[in-house]
Amino acid sequence: MAQELLVISGKGGTGKTSVVGAFAALAEHKVLADCDVDAADLHLLLSPKVREAHDFSASKEALIHGEHCIGCERCIVVCRFDALSMVDGVAIVDPIACEGCGVCAHICPEGAITMEDVISGNWYLSETKYGPMVHAELGIAQENSGKLVALVRREAKKLAQRAGCKYVIIDGPPGIGCPVISAIAQVDLALIVSEPTAAGIHDLERVLALADHFGVETAAAINKYDLDLARTDQIEEYCRGRGTPVVGKIPFDEAVVKAVVEGVPLMAYDPDGQAAQEMRTMWMNVVEYLDAL
Amino acid sequence: MILTVASGKGGTGKTTLAVNMALLLAETMPVALLDCDVEEPNAHLFLHPAIDACEPVTLPTPVVDEERCCGCGKCAAVCAFNAILVLGGRALTFPELCHGCGGCALLCPEGAVTEEPRGIGVIEAGWAEKVRFLHGRVDIGAPLAAPVAAAVRKRAQERQGLIIVDAPPGTSCPVVAAVKDSDYCLLVTEPTPFGLHDLQLAVGMARELQVPCGVVVNRVGLGDQQVAAYCASEGIPILLEIPFDRRYAECYARGGQLVREFPELRDKLRKLWLRIRMEVEGDGPGAAGH
Repeated sequence: MAQELLVISGKGGTGKTSVVGAFAALAEHKVLADCDVDAADLHLLLSPKVREAHDFSASKEALIHGEHCIGCERCIVVCRFDALSMVDGVAIVDPIACEGCGVCAHICPEGAITMEDVISGNWYLSETKYGPMVHAELGIAQENSGKLVALVRREAKKLAQRAGCKYVIIDGPPGIGCPVISAIAQVDLALIVSEPTAAGIHDLERVLALADHFGVETAAAINKYDLDLARTDQIEEYCRGRGTPVVGKIPFDEAVVKAVVEGVPLMAYDPDGQAAQEMRTMWMNVVEYLDAL
Repeated sequence: MILTVASGKGGTGKTTLAVNMALLLAETMPVALLDCDVEEPNAHLFLHPAIDACEPVTLPTPVVDEERCCGCGKCAAVCAFNAILVLGGRALTFPELCHGCGGCALLCPEGAVTEEPRGIGVIEAGWAEKVRFLHGRVDIGAPLAAPVAAAVRKRAQERQGLIIVDAPPGTSCPVVAAVKDSDYCLLVTEPTPFGLHDLQLAVGMARELQVPCGVVVNRVGLGDQQVAAYCASEGIPILLEIPFDRRYAECYARGGQLVREFPELRDKLRKLWLRIRMEVEGDGPGAAGH
C-alpha cells in the first residue's frame, strides 16, 4: 500500500509547493498530486506533460425554461441562496449564487425548472521528469472543490497502487475548510509547513486541531525559520508539547524564490544551497517517520 | 464603499494591506474592517481589538419526528447533498453534509421534518482604536466556510463609511462570498510565476463577479517582471508596488503595524487610497479594463 503524505499549512504562502517540489526531486517511487485545486501551482515547478484530460462535474445548477414560467414566484420564496429573481415576469437564475439544491425545481408547479450538470473543472493524469502527477483545475467561482480534491487523491492512489509506488505526495490547499478536510481525511502523515510569524503560529494551531479532529499523524516544518528565532523557538516548544515532531527548519534563502522564477524544483536550481540541504534532511526525517508508522 | 482585498495565492500580504489601510484611513474617516478569512482569520493578531459582541453562525438543519415519519423517502430523494438517508423505513440525518436548503422540511408530505439551527462558527465584533472590527471563525472540522464568510460579509450593510474586507485566498465559494457586490477589489500578488498564475485566476473571478479590480504587487525585487507585463496587456492598473524589505517582514512576523513604524508606507497607502477612489469614481485609467 502506498503511503499518503499531505503537505499543508493553514496559512497560505508559507512554502508548501516549494517543499513538495523539493520532495518530488528527492523521493523515489512516488506519485505526485496537486490538491490545491483552487490555485494549483505545482505544475509551474514540474512542467507536467498531460497524458489524459477529463471533465469534472459534481454539481447541478437550476435551468429555467422561460416559456413555461408563469411568474408565480414560488421558486424565489423557497430559495435560501438568493439565486432567483424576476425579470419581466419570468424567473432567472444567478448561477454563481445557485447552490444546486434543486428545491426550486421540486416546488415549481409548471415543471419549468430542471437541474443540469455543470462542468466545474478538469483533472489530468500527467507525466513529469520526477514521476507521474495527478492535478486539476476548478472553474472560476465553482463549487465542490472538496469533491475534486477527493477525486485527485483517489486517482493518485490508484496510480500508485498500479505502478507499485511507495508514496503519494500531496500538495494541499490552504485553510481548514472543505477542500482541506477532503485532503486530510485518512492520510498517513500531514506535514504542516509553518513560518515564525504571529499569523503562522495562529494558523498552525488551527490546522493541528483539524488533524487531531480527523485522527491524523502530524509533523511540522518551519520555513524561513531565521526570520524570527524567538518565534521559531515558540513553535518548536508548542509542537514538542503536543507530540508533533519538527522535522525540518528551512532558512530564508533567495534561491527558493529564484527556483520558482526559473520554474524548477529547488533541488534542480541550487542543490547545494542552505535551503536545499535542509530540504534533504527534512525528506530523510519524513521517510523515517513514515517507515515507523 | 466596500473595498475587498483578495488574492489567488495565499501569503501575498492581503491581511497586511487590509489592516494597515484600515489603521491609516481610520485616522480621518469612519472605517470598518471585516475579516472574511474564516478558516484562518489573522487580522485580529495585528489589530488586537477589544471584542464587545459575539454571536453564533448557524445553519438550519433537519430534525425528523419519528412518530410522524412514514418512511416514504421523499426527503432523501430531494436532498442534493446526501444529508438524509432513509433505511428500513427510518430517516437518518448527517448534519455535517447539510447545506441548509430546507428542501426536506418543505417537501415532507407528513410534516415530519423540522429544522433546528446548528452552530458552524462564530462572528466577533469590537473596536481596534478607531477601526470597527468584525471577523468570523468557522468551527474546526466544519466544512462550511462559505456561509460563515457570507454572514460576516452581510454585516457590511450595517456600516457607513469605508468597509475594508479581508478575503480568504483562492477563488472558490468563500472567496466569492467575500468579493461579490464589492465596489472594488484589490488583488495582492507577488512577482513570481506562482503569484502571476494565481493572479490570473483571481482576475477571472473578479470579472465573473463584475467587480472592478486593481493590483498591488508585494515584495518587488524578489522575482521577475511577468506580473507587470500581464497587467499591462490586460489593462489592469498596478496601483502600488511594495519593495521587499526584511524590516517589513520582521514587523509582520511579530504582529506589528507597518503604518506605525514606517512613515514611507503611510504616504504610499494614502496614495493607494486616492487611486482606488479615482478608479471607483470612474475616471481612473483602469476604468475601461472590465
